[in-house]
Amino acid sequence: MTATTTSARSELSELGRSETALRTFLHGLPGVDQVGAEQRAAQLGTRSIKTTAKAQAIDLAIRMVDLTTLEGADTPGKVRALAAKALRPDPADPSCPHVGAVCVYPAMVPHVAEVLRGSGVHLASVATAFPSGQAPLEIKLADTRAAVAAGADEIDMVINRGAFLAGRYKEVYDEIVATKEAAGDAHLKVILETGELATYDNVRRASWLAMLAGGDFIKTSTGKVPVAATPPVTLVMLEAVRDFRAATGRQVGVKPAGGIKNTKDAIKYLVMVNETVGTDWLDPDWFRFGASSLLNDLLMQRTKLTTGTYSGPDYFTLD
Amino acid sequence: MSERVAVRKTYKLFIGGKFPRSESGRSYLVQSSNVSLASRKDARDAVVAARAAVKGWAGATAYNRGQILYRAAEMLEGRREQFVALGVPGDEVDAAVDRWVWYAGWADKLSQVYGGANPVAGPYFNLSAPEPTGVVAVVAPERPALLGLVSVIAPAIVTGNTVVVAASPTEPLAAVTLAEVLATSDLPGGVVNILTGRITETAPTLAAHMDVNAIDLTGVTDADLAADLEVKAAENLKRVLRPAPADHDWSADPGVTRMTTLLETKTVWHPKGV
Repeated sequence: MTATTTSARSELSELGRSETALRTFLHGLPGVDQVGAEQRAAQLGTRSIKTTAKAQAIDLAIRMVDLTTLEGADTPGKVRALAAKALRPDPADPSCPHVGAVCVYPAMVPHVAEVLRGSGVHLASVATAFPSGQAPLEIKLADTRAAVAAGADEIDMVINRGAFLAGRYKEVYDEIVATKEAAGDAHLKVILETGELATYDNVRRASWLAMLAGGDFIKTSTGKVPVAATPPVTLVMLEAVRDFRAATGRQVGVKPAGGIKNTKDAIKYLVMVNETVGTDWLDPDWFRFGASSLLNDLLMQRTKLTTGTYSGPDYFTLD
Repeated sequence: MSERVAVRKTYKLFIGGKFPRSESGRSYLVQSSNVSLASRKDARDAVVAARAAVKGWAGATAYNRGQILYRAAEMLEGRREQFVALGVPGDEVDAAVDRWVWYAGWADKLSQVYGGANPVAGPYFNLSAPEPTGVVAVVAPERPALLGLVSVIAPAIVTGNTVVVAASPTEPLAAVTLAEVLATSDLPGGVVNILTGRITETAPTLAAHMDVNAIDLTGVTDADLAADLEVKAAENLKRVLRPAPADHDWSADPGVTRMTTLLETKTVWHPKGV
């Protein structure tokens, strides 16, 4: 086992050297059974999670939230308020855990950094010409370095979908490698933008490509295109990180982002994580939700469980 | 040739303009028909639907709301036979239509009558305008099945509120049929939501719900339950309409209290200048 893993590992690390080797490998991945993936995801969504299990799931989901604001209208004041909410999502209840991270544009990183310093809440910044990724490489790398210098310890990069869809896998690979290098110690999350990849086969290939190139996390979407995270896409990505760990021994995290709006959806994803990759991934270090409105629904459901009465949006911040 | 099998109707809930079964899957028998037995979660879903409808309904012009309510009265008139077949007396259906039209007429008159300019000591125009309070939970009277229901729904929605109604547990068929009337009369989904089932199950959830702005206890007959619901309602300072006395005459002139209790007065001070 160890011997094969080691040889497989060295074999995989060679792939990035040539376009042909990459293409041969990615196109050699087994195809995704579309109906099977959708049916499996739908089936996992029917599990009923109640009472103490639900309370546990809600707290875990809160710890996994990447509280996100990526708007042209973001101001230092708004992101500071968001960071304060990340530290103490429910000011009325000290037992409520803090979220996983705050995710903002690079220009907003310094303002968030001063609020989060020393709190254990991570600071993620999108980079590499988010959300389109259509900029020259030097600009993308400068974007990344600036975000890290300003205090971000996680970088959410977008892959070059234009190159990926045109079949220039080496170019995508090299960009991820270069961004990883520019990010230094910061965790690198690679956004595949699955809504633009068209097929599950492409999602599987892009997942492997991102992991081979050194991504620490694979993330579904930017949240800026109509189709964001869906359960079947996340299932395909979870299977990819599971198979990647089996082949190389390295664990990669998954982050569905966009379109997850309520507690019920979040719990469905947690069930899927548990059933697909197991409890190793049921941790904020390995699974995150990219969301903004999700947190308020989680807090409302949490309040319902602790007090017995349904709460309302009047009692939580608007963001 | 075999005899035709009749299509029997299941009386479902009315939430957000749709007719879902209870999420609990439960039902109970009334006049040998299956009626959904709403759960606490159905009540929660109904409040969510009612809240989502507030912006559009309260924001619609008073004239537009009036027109939509007139349209509902037309539909109600057209379904007269159906209500009679359910056991509602013809006179009561007529009275219910008249009551609905009477309230519809108030849509664009109420703010003139109950708002206005206030004389103040200072260089200001001072104006008060009544505004809807938001989401109203209503416990409908047990009887009369239709007139009682219309008499609690119409005054709440005519001013721009949205309602979640706990229908009479013993007479739910008329309530669901009224929902079918409302669903076909341009009333936006979520403005009226109707739950059938036990009052003891749905009313406490609605009374305690922090996203409900007022509660109408008209149909609560048990004094202890009414007191309990008022205590729950106090948590977020809901406006409360107290239970109707047992001998309440539903055919009498209803007055305006049911409308005015469910309003908030907004007062604006505007500097007058020279």
